[in-house]
Amino acid sequence: MKYEAIVIGASAGGLKAMMAILGSLNELLPVPVFVAQHRSQQSNNYLEELLNQFGTTRVKEAEDKMPIEKGILYLAPPDYHLLIENKNYMALSLDEPVNYSRPSIDVLFESAAEVYKDKLIGIVLTGANSDGTAGLKEIKSAGGLTIVQDPKTAHVATMPESALTIDPDYVIPLDKMSEFLLTKIFPAKAKKHSAKKKT
Amino acid sequence: MAQQINPIGHKNHAVDIVLETVFRLYGYDFRNYARASLTRRLEKTINQLEIAEIIDLVPLLFKEPSVYKTLLANMSVTVTSFFRDPEVFKVIREKIVPVLKTYPFVKIWHAGCALGMEPYSMSILLDEENFLNKCQIYSTDFNADSLEKARAAIFDDGNISLYEENYISSGGKGQFSDFITQSYNSFILNKRLHKNVTFSHHNLISDKSFGEMNMVFCRNVLIYFDKQLQNRVLQLLTDSLCHRGYLCLGNRETIEFTSVAEQYEVISPQHKIYRKK
Repeated sequence: MKYEAIVIGASAGGLKAMMAILGSLNELLPVPVFVAQHRSQQSNNYLEELLNQFGTTRVKEAEDKMPIEKGILYLAPPDYHLLIENKNYMALSLDEPVNYSRPSIDVLFESAAEVYKDKLIGIVLTGANSDGTAGLKEIKSAGGLTIVQDPKTAHVATMPESALTIDPDYVIPLDKMSEFLLTKIFPAKAKKHSAKKKT
Repeated sequence: MAQQINPIGHKNHAVDIVLETVFRLYGYDFRNYARASLTRRLEKTINQLEIAEIIDLVPLLFKEPSVYKTLLANMSVTVTSFFRDPEVFKVIREKIVPVLKTYPFVKIWHAGCALGMEPYSMSILLDEENFLNKCQIYSTDFNADSLEKARAAIFDDGNISLYEENYISSGGKGQFSDFITQSYNSFILNKRLHKNVTFSHHNLISDKSFGEMNMVFCRNVLIYFDKQLQNRVLQLLTDSLCHRGYLCLGNRETIEFTSVAEQYEVISPQHKIYRKK
């Protein structure tokens, strides 16, 4: 298998988008998934709770130096940057906000590109600023796969529109995103997936 | 097949060489800092200095000490506020202070105290609990500029409404403004609150343990260290605690994945308060 990790960035409307993707994934992906979702400083674990209910994928809020496991979706905690330290564990930082954001999507994407290089998939979803664009560019130049949610299907189009400027490999409507990940990127998984659906 | 030249792979080597240079020339050891955020800080430094590559820092570090100052300032950026994560202070007030009160005298260490807002918050809390006169609060940092500012106890009042809010959520019994004197755009902490607080230089990376503490705060410092250095520093903090002493880490830091995990019982998993076994 070529790809070893997925990073996802989302802002306004991101919770719904994440649930749409997770809701249609019937099994664990064979890679870790890291998510930087802009959240308010006061927000508790609501995102974790909701994602746990919706997706069959296990969700964890990242803690400093937490070991990375396949099939788990790690959320950046509110008010911390999430960084990929190496393929074994992640790190957090309280360095200043980037693009007025902490967690910042760029910070996650750039650190992940440094570690996973061309074995990384970066996805920019709905949002109201341009965080994620620089990070996606970094993933692209490291040889990774870049995907942007079709802005027409985004709750707020600004962030995916901004990310289009780096000329991503794929522009995918939200309702096709999980199917795309399964069929194009994990063909072995996709076979099982569609077999299950038929029964 | 010959290895392809990959500039992305070279960035890590450049960082190694810069850190080695800083260590040899200036004695500060950042070699075991968590690499991803450290690299971002170095990138910020080269942007400020308007130089192209991280490796270009090396000759400049030899020739211009001011470059080192810029780098050091970027390395010791800290986020701090009075009663940061107020629910932590609430737990300390309600669960820990009653235990501390059973001791005739209590020593508390704030390791990596930055501008001193955390030790002063503790001082306010203990004052309210009528226990401050039986406590000594040691505050240390590796940055001399921070320590000097902390000693002066004068703070910008731009965030005062946040401090007020935090103080109330931490279970404060009066108002934050009861403890300060405001003037122009700043405020100074009232005298009785610094009487039992000392500030001194201590480097967690190169210095030794700090004596028989009843409680040690080291919040949002370890996140900047790699696993190896985290384990070393956690052992130092553990050695600095008395039997049954408390350790308080940052909200998203944990001893779970470290080598000292077995030496503690978890008092509050959410607030990262541990007690030495």
